[in-house]
Formats: sequence, structure tokens, C-alpha cells
Amino acid sequence: MIEARELSKSFRVKGGQRLRAVEGVTFTCRPGEIFGLLGINGAGKTTTLRMLATLLTPTGGEGRICGFDIGREPEEVRRRIGFLSTATALYGRLTGLEVVNYFGRLHGMTEEKLAARREELFTALGIHEFQDRRCDQCSTGMKQRISIARSLIHDPEVMIFDEPTLGLDVLAARQITRFIRDCRERGKTVLFSTHVMSEVAKLCDRVAIIHRGAVRDAGGVGELAERHGVDDMEEIFVRAVGETANVVSVASGEDVS
Amino acid sequence: MNGGLKTTGVIFRKEFLDTIRDRRALASMILVPLIVIPLIIVGFGGLSFVVMERAESRQLTVMVLQAEEDPALVETLAGNPNLRVVEADADYADLISSRRVNAAVALPENFRQEVERGKVPRIVIHTYEGELSSSLAAQAVEEVLRGHLREIQRERLAGAGLAPEFLTPFTLARQNVAPPERVGGNLLGGVLPYLLVILCLTGAVYPAMDLTAGEKERGTIETLLTSPAPRSCIVYGKFLVVFCFSILTALLALGTLGASLWAGTTLLRAQADFGELSLAVSPSAVASVFLLLVPVAVLFSALLLAISLFARSYKEAQTYISPLMIVAMLPALVAAMPGVELTPVLALVPVLNVSLVGKEILTGLFPWGPILFVFFSTCLYAAAALWGAVCLFNREDVLFRAS
Repeated sequence: MIEARELSKSFRVKGGQRLRAVEGVTFTCRPGEIFGLLGINGAGKTTTLRMLATLLTPTGGEGRICGFDIGREPEEVRRRIGFLSTATALYGRLTGLEVVNYFGRLHGMTEEKLAARREELFTALGIHEFQDRRCDQCSTGMKQRISIARSLIHDPEVMIFDEPTLGLDVLAARQITRFIRDCRERGKTVLFSTHVMSEVAKLCDRVAIIHRGAVRDAGGVGELAERHGVDDMEEIFVRAVGETANVVSVASGEDVS
Repeated sequence: MNGGLKTTGVIFRKEFLDTIRDRRALASMILVPLIVIPLIIVGFGGLSFVVMERAESRQLTVMVLQAEEDPALVETLAGNPNLRVVEADADYADLISSRRVNAAVALPENFRQEVERGKVPRIVIHTYEGELSSSLAAQAVEEVLRGHLREIQRERLAGAGLAPEFLTPFTLARQNVAPPERVGGNLLGGVLPYLLVILCLTGAVYPAMDLTAGEKERGTIETLLTSPAPRSCIVYGKFLVVFCFSILTALLALGTLGASLWAGTTLLRAQADFGELSLAVSPSAVASVFLLLVPVAVLFSALLLAISLFARSYKEAQTYISPLMIVAMLPALVAAMPGVELTPVLALVPVLNVSLVGKEILTGLFPWGPILFVFFSTCLYAAAALWGAVCLFNREDVLFRAS
């Protein structure tokens, strides 16, 4: 279970000013559900996910993962989440086996438990054949599979994906989306961010449209379509953020204030 | 606590493996002490030996100006197998400057007559100051002239019916009573602590950058931070690896230094009269200096870790670390200079204090008060640097500095 209540984050930027990256984001994501955070680049998705993964400390509001407060019990929170993003790279000089073992040990797993879980994941993801190859000699697809095994080794209750398919080819991206669905089927709580509208329609049970740091609309995919009177996710997004008029007006040189 | 130690151990093992697989880190740790030091000592020592030997064995060209003043003296000069006397030339200064002639001996006018009349004429030797062959030529000429001078002295004394000892009321001699290890310690004392301090630093630089700025650049820091490992354990694990590399580099250097000094002096003794000079120092002195170096390695490792953690990339880390290298080398260099001694104020200056105490230890003195003071003050600085690194690692604006 993921609960975000009025989560806010501001950064100090040059000149002593503060940039408000996230403002009052509230949502709940339940077990066995895929919850999507949809927004363009710079909307505040990564900051929100980083706060929930305890990489960043919120400047306002609160967040709970499986009942543990992200501010007060960050280590308990991290024990219960698997975090995967294009920014979570692998150690190039270690083999896939070593990387997965390392993260299993960091999660405090016993050697027997680690071996059993690793065997299960390596078989499911087909990692055995390249498990002893150094990560910097692996293909993108291989790395992706090792990353998945790395994020799942401790069998987390909650999975957080930050733009997991960004920069991947069709096959590697499909592998990820299959993996996300699989997580839902296993009853995990899945939170995932993307700017790809089609991914949301394909994967998510519920969506929050985030823009300029704030949630503009949220609900089930069908519910959103009904509310905005269109089926197309892209159209729903544009209507929810209400930016089309501005773009057109600026292009034609009209005053929009 | 136990969990924290276990996590630190897990991180240490992984980081060590990761670093040992990095060729660049290995090069900075192994290549420098294992190849560069013996090369400098044996190569440089051997080279200067060869240069010296060649210069000594070569015939040196000497010109005698106004040779007609004392043909007998010129003949004696020409009789020296090391000297080749050439015809006088008015451009002797240019010839010496262009190294075609090594030295010129100018006999004054009426030289012989003045000597016979008991006046004191002056012979001037023109040389190229600082040039090896020229000073060797001057030395050889001086030796011949001194022989001539003593010959005249003897004749005069005999003429007056006096024994040659008349002008030698007593003789002088120097005798070394210091044990060989102190002599060696004095010679090595200035250099060894300086070298070890620098190697401690160079051994730590690469792993420190790789494990912090390198992780940021490769994007693995975010992966690591999503694990439940406490941030302090991450810092301690990384720090221990940097520290190990720092100490290992210094140890390797000490080993190769010992081996190449031994090889160098044996080689020199076999080839030439090397006298009683010994570079031996007591093993306990070296071990003590090494022990003093441990907190210095901690200080360097923690400082380098903190500085490179702040950087966003390797390049940025290098920019920050270069000034630190100079700042750290300067006190070590000052301590290596002769005459700089440990004072209460200097005992507080990190790096400099260790180098100075190390110098004293290597000469066989064990001033326990200053040793303990320096050891604990360096420990204090080291602890502060480590604490600073942990603090930095807990700051998200440092970990996620926008590039």
C-alpha cells in the first residue's frame, strides 16, 4: 500500500529562490493495482517517486509505504520497495550474479534464502546463461533483466517504476511491461510513472495526471474517459492539464492573460 | 550495531572487488610504487653513477695561458694522464663557455722570478661554474699545482735546514661514531616520510573518485540508495576500501623502496669505493613511522571521499582534488627540508607533524610525548573528516546535484 498525502517538495535554486517541484500531491495505491503517474518531462513525477522511495525528503505533506512513514522510517520503507528506473544503473565491473547477490545481502537476506530466490528469478528471467558475464559486456536487454532481478530479489511488497521503458527498444520495453503486469498478478502494489500515453492505457488500473508539480486529475482509466468525454488517453491528458489554449495563443501572438 | 557492521562488511567487499577489477585504480596503486620507485632509485642512481664515471675517465682539455712563464710546470700538467694541454688562445673564455676547452690556467707575468724572489704571485683557473667536466678539470689542475706548491715548500724548508713537519704542527681527522642505522636514518629521514605521505594520498585518490563521483556518473548511486543500507554504512564501507588502497600503496612502496635501495647500494659498493655509507634503518623505526601513517591515511581517505562525493563527475572531482594534492604535499615537502624541526605549533599542523616526527624516529630517536600527541591529533582530524563525509552523504542536495 502506498499513501501520499499533500506531498510537496521544493529545491533551492541559484539566486536563493526556491523551485517548487511538487505541490500537494495526494493519491493512494493499493495491493494488486497498477497506479500510473502520467505527466510530461519536468512535471514532478521523478521527484514524487524519489520522495516515496526515501531518496529525497519531502518539504511538506507525508507518505506511507505499507504503513511506514517515509520520513521517520526510511530504512523500513526501503526494505519493502523495489525501485527501478533508467537511472538505476548496474555495476559494470560486476557480473549479473554478483550484482543480485550484493543487493540481496544489503537487504539482509540469509545465504540460503538468497540462493533460493535468485534461482527462482534467474530461471524466470533466463539470466543463467549470462549470469557470470560482467554487466558492461551485457546487452541492454540482458542488463534490463538483471535490473529486474536486482529490484525483486528481496520480494518487495511495493514496486516503484520511474519511466522504466525510457530509451528501450520495443522488445526490451515489452519485457518491462510484461514484468509490471506480472507484479500486479502477484498482488504487489505497483506505482509507475511515464510520459507515454499508450503505456498508461495498456497497463494502469488508475491514473493521476500530474502537471507542474500538482495532480490535475485522477481516477480509473474508464472514469477519466467518461469525465472528459474522449477515449484517447492523449486527449484526456491535454484536456486535464488545459494547456492547449495557451500553446495556440502563444503561437499566434495573442495575449492569453 | 551488528547489522550495521554486517552491512558495512557487505559494502566493503563489493567495493573492494569493484575497485580491484578497475585497471586504472590498480595502475595508480601498483604501477607507481612497483615500477616508478625502483626506476627512480636504481635508474637515476645508476645513471648519475655512469655519468660521473664517464666524466672522470675522459681526458679533460686544459689550456695554459702564458705557458712560457714556467715550461716545467706546463710539462707537469701535460704529464697528468687525465689532462690534455692545448695551445693557448686569446678566446679562451668563449672556448670554455662553448665547452670546447674545460678549463684555462693563467700564469701571471714573471711567475718563476716572483716565486724565486719570495713574492706570492696568483695563478687563476678559469672555469665554467656548475659544469661537471669543467669542475673536474679544475680539480685535476689544482691537484697538480698543489703538488708543485708543496715541492717548492719542501725545497725552501730544506734550504733553511728545517724538517718538512716544521709547517705541520698537527693534523686533523673526522671519525663517525653514530651507528650506521642513525646515519642511514638521517639520510632517509627527510625523504621517506615525505614519500610515504604522498603515496598514501596518490593511492587513495583514484578509488575515492571512482566510488563517489564515478558512481554518480555511471548512475549506480541511485540503485545503491534504494537499498535499505544505512547511509553511514555506505560511507564506512567505501571509506574502508579507499583507506585499504591508500595503506596498500604505501606498503608496496615501502617494500620496493627497501628492495631498490638495497639493490642500489650493493651495486654501487660492487663498482666503486662507497665507503662506510649505509642506508640501513632499524625495522622498528620504519614500523613506527608506518603506524603514524595510519591516521594520515584515514584523514586523506575521508577527505578525498568527501570532496569527490561533492563532485558531479570524474572531471569535476579531479578539479577539486588537484589543489588538495598540492596542499597536502606542501607540508610534507617542508618537513623534508633540512633544519625544520618539530615545535609545539608545528605539531598541530596535519601531515607536517607526522612527517617531522617520522624524521626523528628514523634517526633513532623516539620522543614519546610528541609521537603520541601527533598520533592523537591526526586521529582527531581524521575522525572529523570522516564525520564530514557521513554528513555530506546524508545531504540529498549533494547526492542529487543537478548536472
